[in-house]
Amino acid sequence: MLGLNKKDATLLGVVAVLVIFAPFILNPFPADSAMAQFNAGYPDLMQRFVIFGIFAVGFNLLFGLTGYLSFGHAAFLGVGSYSAVWMFKLLSMNVIPAILLSMVIAGLFALLIGFISLRRTGIYFSILTLAFAEMSFRLAYSVLTPITNGETGLQLTLEDPRILGQTATESGGIPVTNLFGLEMRSTEVLNLGGWSFQFNNGYYMAGALLLVAFYISIRIFRSPFGMMLRAVKSNQQRMNYTGLNTKPYTLAAFVISGMYAGLAGGLMASMDPLAGAERMQWTASGEVVLMTILGGAGTLIGPVLGAGFIKYFENIFSKINEAVLHSWFHALPDGLENAIVWVFEHFVGSGWHLTLGLLFMLVVTFLPGGLVEGGQRLGRLFGRKKDAEEKTATQSTPAE
Amino acid sequence: MGILEVKNVGKRFGGLQALGDVNLSVAENSVHAIIGPNGAGKSTLLNCLVGKLIPDTGSVMFDGQSVLGRTPYEINQMGISRVFQTPEIFADLTVMENMMIPCFAKRDGAFKLNGIKSVESEAEIRDRAEAMMEDMNLAEKRHMHAASMSRGDKRRLEIAMCLAQEPRLLLLDEPTAGMARADTNNTIDLLKEIKQKRDITIVIIEHDMHVVFSLAERITVLAQGTPLVEDVPSKIKGHPKVREAYLGETAAA
Repeated sequence: MLGLNKKDATLLGVVAVLVIFAPFILNPFPADSAMAQFNAGYPDLMQRFVIFGIFAVGFNLLFGLTGYLSFGHAAFLGVGSYSAVWMFKLLSMNVIPAILLSMVIAGLFALLIGFISLRRTGIYFSILTLAFAEMSFRLAYSVLTPITNGETGLQLTLEDPRILGQTATESGGIPVTNLFGLEMRSTEVLNLGGWSFQFNNGYYMAGALLLVAFYISIRIFRSPFGMMLRAVKSNQQRMNYTGLNTKPYTLAAFVISGMYAGLAGGLMASMDPLAGAERMQWTASGEVVLMTILGGAGTLIGPVLGAGFIKYFENIFSKINEAVLHSWFHALPDGLENAIVWVFEHFVGSGWHLTLGLLFMLVVTFLPGGLVEGGQRLGRLFGRKKDAEEKTATQSTPAE
Repeated sequence: MGILEVKNVGKRFGGLQALGDVNLSVAENSVHAIIGPNGAGKSTLLNCLVGKLIPDTGSVMFDGQSVLGRTPYEINQMGISRVFQTPEIFADLTVMENMMIPCFAKRDGAFKLNGIKSVESEAEIRDRAEAMMEDMNLAEKRHMHAASMSRGDKRRLEIAMCLAQEPRLLLLDEPTAGMARADTNNTIDLLKEIKQKRDITIVIIEHDMHVVFSLAERITVLAQGTPLVEDVPSKIKGHPKVREAYLGETAAA
């Protein structure tokens, strides 16, 4: 199907089902229950899941296949966002030209940075990309203020020229981003019993693009080009002495991966038309590295899982505050309650990075292959258990 | 005129004259061995042939074209393949994938953005890789990761990968270094078989005299960066100059 073998087609199918039914899957608790704060099925977060999914899938094409660890991918994300917002300001509020421009500009930017950075390998490459990303951040933050609007960030205003479309709506507001009239921000709410499920246009468009991005990533993984990229990771010396020029291969991977980041950046701006320099900061670059490694670098589904995992915990853990903790532990004696809350409050709210750090340490130490390896181990464990059960079942035939 | 012509090649590393004035002519379809004691400049010479090093003086011509100033992959595409002292293979990939990569390199050249087709649908490449594995007794190991093979099999795979490119000149850098006697003999048989089946020129750098005298048709003895003698094996064996340089014996002994 679609030029994929059965296993890959199944994987794509599973991701498609997850994306389509995410509003249900991520909303397991009724809206007014105490557990409702663990629900993740609201548009803003779901959009982030798929957008960072795209970002991580693209990053994995570079890091997972060639082993080149870029520490500057957020620069492409930021460039994508700025390009998209400019498209909204100048051309039209339709997201298609905005997203196309983000990909093109991010691709060109990646070509430039990649051309220079890929002269070095290993840690030197990582440092070069980090340096470029920090330079881009500083440029966006101050030097290029006319283009980026500096620390305020680039926003839509009521004076934007917008060649195809109106400067302001009839009611005097700023028009909203849309896909041929379909507003990105509009959400249908389905109330079923105590549950309320939200279906957001922007989420479904980003979700569709995640599926396309994921599909292309599978095709690249399975293509001769993908095999060459894995060969680059394995042994560059042998590549060179097999008549293969490694430079264009790595550069192509870098540019493709930069375009994925540009797409993610463009989508972010499409959901919420503003772009700030902080999207290019090194912490943002580090985050996509964490997502990919946490999920499983070099695997197809790993980056998507890692992105979902980190974004879920970021949002859920950072929402828990002292009051919530007290309400959980109020049954305990006062002294004990205060002690427990005192310990836990450092791991939630703004301290959730501490939790992320611990989780990352645990995963890297015990599951070097990331969540995907964890899944495989569980699969094997249950597989063995089933085998064992079958064995005991046959053995336990009574000998009476 | 040989297929490989090395003329007046010199290479200096700082104060060390690694190669003095090397002249070498390798006849097409012959097996030519380069021997010499440690530090004689054998590996430096080899690196000058494949583009890893650029000699300070002299010229290296392959099939009438200069190789100087070309990168290793360009030289490889001209028809020179190199086998390393420790097998250089794609350790993380399967044997089948290892075999397919040189087949792609042969067909598509140094770079092709072939991202649409799947590896599975490249029947022509798969067939060539399969045929080569069959030929080299690697077929049963096709799904194995190259890293988990024995040293002898890795060597066999590396040679198979080089041959899959149908090179005109195969350079072997101490192919039996660190091998047990049985593996060494297997490698000798393998190289003999290869020579029998194909039109190929082989240049071999080797320490092990047993290997050299079982394979070589001509031998060049290198000492301190300059060729001492070049002759057929039977003449080399008893040559007083060789004994002196190689074994440290005096001519009188």
